[in-house]
Amino acid sequence: MTSYYDSKDLPRFSEIGKDAPELAKKFFEYYGAVMAEGELTAREKSLIALAVAHAVQCPYCIDAYAKECLEQGSNTAEMTEAVHVAAAIRGGASLVHGLQMRNVVDKLSL
Amino acid sequence: MQEIQPASCPSAGVGFAQTLAQHGLRLEREQTHTLQINTGLLCNQACRHCHLEAGPSRKEIMNRETMDQVADYAARGGFQTADVTGGAPEMVPGIDHLLTRLAAAVPRVMLRSNLTAITDSDREHLGLLCRDLKIVLVCSLPATHASQTDAQRGSGVMDCSVSALQWLNSLGYGQPGTGLELNLVSNPAGAFMPPDQGRTEERFRRDLQRKWGIVFNSLYTFANVPLGRFRTWLEASGNYEQYMARLTEAFNPEAVTGLMCRNLVSVDWNGELHDCDFHLAKGIPLGGIRHHVTKMDCPPIPGATIATAEHCYACTAGAGFT
Ligand code: SF4
Repeated sequence: MTSYYDSKDLPRFSEIGKDAPELAKKFFEYYGAVMAEGELTAREKSLIALAVAHAVQCPYCIDAYAKECLEQGSNTAEMTEAVHVAAAIRGGASLVHGLQMRNVVDKLSL
Repeated sequence: MQEIQPASCPSAGVGFAQTLAQHGLRLEREQTHTLQINTGLLCNQACRHCHLEAGPSRKEIMNRETMDQVADYAARGGFQTADVTGGAPEMVPGIDHLLTRLAAAVPRVMLRSNLTAITDSDREHLGLLCRDLKIVLVCSLPATHASQTDAQRGSGVMDCSVSALQWLNSLGYGQPGTGLELNLVSNPAGAFMPPDQGRTEERFRRDLQRKWGIVFNSLYTFANVPLGRFRTWLEASGNYEQYMARLTEAFNPEAVTGLMCRNLVSVDWNGELHDCDFHLAKGIPLGGIRHHVTKMDCPPIPGATIATAEHCYACTAGAGFT
């Protein structure tokens, strides 16, 4: 393996069904149902997916959902704000655990 | 099905005719009710997606003699609609003459505007003439956000477009009850497919109203056609193959019945006819054979052959280019 990430792998995602087709089928059905228009629009879901892709740092998902957001009519300002939401939640999630640190410190300190 | 591959167009017909055949489809004319008139390639903008490579340095424009020949054909052919495009038709000397003649010849006249040429101080009278002749305006606006609009159409175009739309609204365009239609066209700002038209219209309506108090009648979303400057950019940016693959995979057989080339014929600034403005850009004549407007007694008849080419995939992708 020369590289861990290759954009040519993205269109091959469905090959993950090899050797475990039933599980893949269930996953892709679920995935399709989640991303379909529901209480949230497909456009809103794409922006959420883009933010989550950044939070989990998946280059495949960033590639796929950056394109999807554009095709759903989102503009680059909205997409950038979505990435900031991911960053804010990631940053906030780290910071809020600082309270655990403080709890430990308080318990151990005079 | 007859596939037209004129010598001037080496890439014409790649795959599209076969795709139609695989779906048991034929591309031929129905009633042709619209005469699209390309007044030339002169434009004040040089948009990066322009399939015609129009711009400020282009010299090709329609002269007054051809304008009269085209207006005569519009009347003689019993066309329902005249669709005036460019370049920027506003910049063509004598455009007011052409619009006035067309308004007398056909029930509905449309003028395509890039929204910046129509508000140049010495051309403002054209907006007033359009209002008086009840000409339908069809204006380009790729996005409600400056970065994408300016990236496609040039720096500062968003601000200028907003002012133009506000001015047109003040003339009554897009306002309920005036009968003055103001329609928008949005092409994606890059190598991706357009979003759903209905939803995009809702968003544009909400955003333009909220941000600038602008109203309009309808919005159309169209895929960019891989010709001219857009094709050059696709190739230079390494997007060409992926974009063509996206268009072909989005081929929608149901879009074929609604294709504009079945109901429209496009005449260039020299008076030569083409199946559509994209074939005009590529130099493919009407049904593959050269016809001049002065030699035409009537619109092309139902059942007449339409030339096909590789770029036809842009018209049949998704909801289609109707
Ligand atoms: S480019 Fe589009 S409009 Fe023109 S002939 Fe092909 S399908 Fe018809």
